[in-house]
This record gives sequence, C-alpha cells and structure tokens, in this order.
Amino acid sequence: MENSVIFIDIEKRMLTANGPMNLSIHTTIPAGELVALFGESGAGKTTLLRILAGLVTPDKGLIKFGSTIWFDSEKKINIPPQLRNISLMFQDYALFPNMTVEQNIQFAQPEKDQSKVNELLALFGLTEFRKRKPTGLSGGQKQRVALARALARKPQLLLLDEPLSALDAEMRIALQDEIAQAHQLLGVTTIMVSHDLNEVFRLATQVLCIENGSITRTGKPEEVFSDNSISGKVQITGQIARIEKQDTINVVTVISGNNQIIKVIAFESDLENLKIGDRVMVFSKAFNPIISKLR
Amino acid sequence: MDAQFAQTLWITLKLAVSTTVILIIIGLPFSGWLAYTRIKIKPLIEALVSMPMVLPPSVIGYYMLVIYSPHNWFGEWLGQIFNVRLAFSFEGVLIASVIFSLPFMIQPLQNGLRSLPDSLREASYTLGKSKVRTFFKVLLPNIKPSIITAVALTFAHSIGEFGVVLMVGGNMPGETRVASIAIYDEVQSLNFEAANRYALILFLISLILLTTIYSVNKKYDTWKIV
Repeated sequence: MENSVIFIDIEKRMLTANGPMNLSIHTTIPAGELVALFGESGAGKTTLLRILAGLVTPDKGLIKFGSTIWFDSEKKINIPPQLRNISLMFQDYALFPNMTVEQNIQFAQPEKDQSKVNELLALFGLTEFRKRKPTGLSGGQKQRVALARALARKPQLLLLDEPLSALDAEMRIALQDEIAQAHQLLGVTTIMVSHDLNEVFRLATQVLCIENGSITRTGKPEEVFSDNSISGKVQITGQIARIEKQDTINVVTVISGNNQIIKVIAFESDLENLKIGDRVMVFSKAFNPIISKLR
Repeated sequence: MDAQFAQTLWITLKLAVSTTVILIIIGLPFSGWLAYTRIKIKPLIEALVSMPMVLPPSVIGYYMLVIYSPHNWFGEWLGQIFNVRLAFSFEGVLIASVIFSLPFMIQPLQNGLRSLPDSLREASYTLGKSKVRTFFKVLLPNIKPSIITAVALTFAHSIGEFGVVLMVGGNMPGETRVASIAIYDEVQSLNFEAANRYALILFLISLILLTTIYSVNKKYDTWKIV
C-alpha cells in the first residue's frame, strides 16, 4: 500500500449554530501519520473530514492525494467518494442493519477474500458475533465492527469521526489501543476527529488544532499543548473543575481525560492565567512516581 | 352469469396486478431519485405525484380522455404509428390506473428512504459502492416495511378504482368492466344479489391486505436502525 502526502488548500462557507463561518484550511498532511483534528465542536473538524471523503464539496480550492487531484475548483475536478479509496468511520458507526457483522465486513471488500474477513473478525474479537445483526451489539462491539469494516476496504486514507465519543472511559482506552494497533499494522495515513485531549495524546503523532474554521497550531501533541517542551516524568492532561482558596494556598481540582480527580496546590502567581474550564497539563519533575498494578 | 362474474373478477385482478407491477418498476428508481434530489422544482414534482390523492378521479379521467383522443396530437400519433386507440380499452385504463395510483407507491417508499440516516448511504459510497448498488443492497433492504406498505396500498387502491376506470374505460364486459363498476351497474339494474357478491369480495380483499400491512409494520416496530 502506498502512502501519499495530502495537500489541502480549501475554502468553504458554512452555516453553524453560531452563525456563518468560513472554513479555510491550508495544510499538508504527511504520509503514514496518525493525525488528530482537535478543537471545539462546531469548529469545522467533521466538515473537513467529510470534504476529504468527498461527501461535502468545498467552494473553492485544491485537494491532492499524492499526485492525484481529488478536488480542483478551477479545473472543475471533483472525484466522487467511491473513487477516492478512503474509509470513513462515522460517529454513529453507520453499520448496515440488514447485514450481519460478517456481511458488513464482506461488503466493504473491494474483492471477496474470506480469509481476510476471518482475520479481521479475529483481530477485533468479533468471531463469536459474526452471524449477529448490528442491532443487538453493544457500543464497543459496534465500534469494532465499524473499524474492521473500514479496514476491510483497504483504504489509502482512514478517516475516523470521533470514533470513541459514545463509549465509557474503560472501553475507550481499550479501543484506543485497537486503533493504534490497526494504524501500526497497516501504516495507513489516518485522520481522526477528536475533542478528547487524552485520546489525542495517546494516539496521535500529529495534531491539527482547528478554531473557528482555521488551523491555529500544528505539531506533535506535546509541542502543541504546552508552551515549552516539558521534560516531566509524569504528565497528565485535564480540565480545571474548581479553584479553591484555602488559607494562604489555592487548591486547583483537575479532572483528567479518563475522569480521575487530581488536586494540585497552586500559588497566586500560577493562578493569574488559569480559570475554570481551562485545559491544563499536570506534571511532576522532582519526585519519582511509584507504579503498582491494579487488580 | 357466473362466467361473466369470473370474467369481471379476472379483469379486476389483471388491472390491479399489472398496475402494481408497473408501479414497482417505475416507483423504486423514481422514489430513490426523488428522496435525494436537490433540484429546484422538487416541490412541484412532489405536488404533481400527489395530485391524484386530492383530485376527483373524474378530473384525471377527463384529462386522460383528452390526451387519448385521436383529435389530439398524442392520440393521433398513437393511432397512426401503433394503430392503437387507448380510450375505452384495457391498456388505456391501465395507464390511467398507473398514474392514479402513483402516490400510493411513491410516498411510502420516499418516506421510508428519508427516514434512514444519511450515514448509511454515505458509508456505502465511501466503501466504494456505486449509487445503484447502494440503493439495492443497503437502502432497499432496510425499508422493507415501507415496500410492503407501498405494494399493498397500490394493489388495494387499484382494485377498488372506480371513477377513472368509468371515465376512461366505460363498462365493456371482458375489456374494461371491473368489479367496482359492476357493483354500480348491478345496483342500477336492481340486481342486488350480484352486487352483494362483488362488494363482499372487494371488502374481504381490502381487509386482508390492510391487516397484513398493519401486522407487518407492528412486527418491524421492534426493529430499529442502529
């Protein structure tokens, strides 16, 4: 499978809940990376994903996959989704209710290959559900079927639209590993929409931060989310839930991505640019963290 | 008398089955197009399709007669090229019946397709499947209750058709005389026993069809799109 650099230079007028917005994306996505599109809801992440899939047409611009032109408003080229050789995993999974788990995967194959189907079923722990219809499956199982189906297509580009948003924290971590594994196994360029910082840190090799329709920052997750590279031994990202003043010190409560509560003592000077709702990184340098296995 | 009774029922059945089969062939692709098209005149097309539901059958029948008339270019063209006269013939009644039952086929199919999440269609496209393949393999199998409703309603409606058949076809035994017209005719000649037999058969067929629709839809009620 050949990986190609994706060149994106597009404009699209959008109507969002907060009024009209101009989606204006100019970037290059390196081949073989797992890229996270990170930002608030309504920033244009999903629309960008749908534009890459060919489901939404930009107003103007150019999209190139390697040397292949996918969209060019000047030359009036717009390759339909069928011919882009991509897989898009939808937020609602979009499993076909009339087909069994196995048939959903078979349907995605460019040519019939039962041994590959069996391989995917085994890889995602779906073998015992192969004859079941999607209706009876749990959220995590549906997510795995959707991912297996997306891979069965043998895409050159894998697009994931908030793949794990509907799952609880424990399931989320298990499936993050599966996405990482699938990405490593196939080496296919993957673009994932996410607004979960934890997920971005765990999975992504590159982050594109999107705010109000434009890319504001790009780079590795640790570069993008902290001003200067921190060489801390423990790094936890989360969101400030509460700031309490107790006598002379301040206690900041941070809730991490997998819903752990961390209390941090902060000085007045630290608090100057912190407020409730801010995304923060909690890190420790001086002490060695101690690890113990959970039962 | 009995031979005539059987003949009338046969014409009735032939008309209803032919109308339904033709409408399945036209209705599936047409409703698929209508459900997803974004052309500007879509409301006009939808209104035209639904017209037979609000217009008196005699209005449709009248216009069909005007179109079929040899004094009109279309009727004249048919007569010259194919040597066909549609007025007061089974074929003429059939065409009128197809037009008159069109909304009963199109509306349930279109509503069924529109109730499916867009992501099903889009998922199939991104998996490389053509629009036609997506329509037959992904969309249609997931609107089975709508298909059953559409077919049963179309059939029931064409079996009970009266006004259009009377206007376009008249009451010619063996050609255009269907059960609903026979009832009217028998009552006019005070032959209540024959009218009663036709009426009972139409009543039972319609009852059975509608009961089937409702029981099928009830079964699928527990069945939801994921």
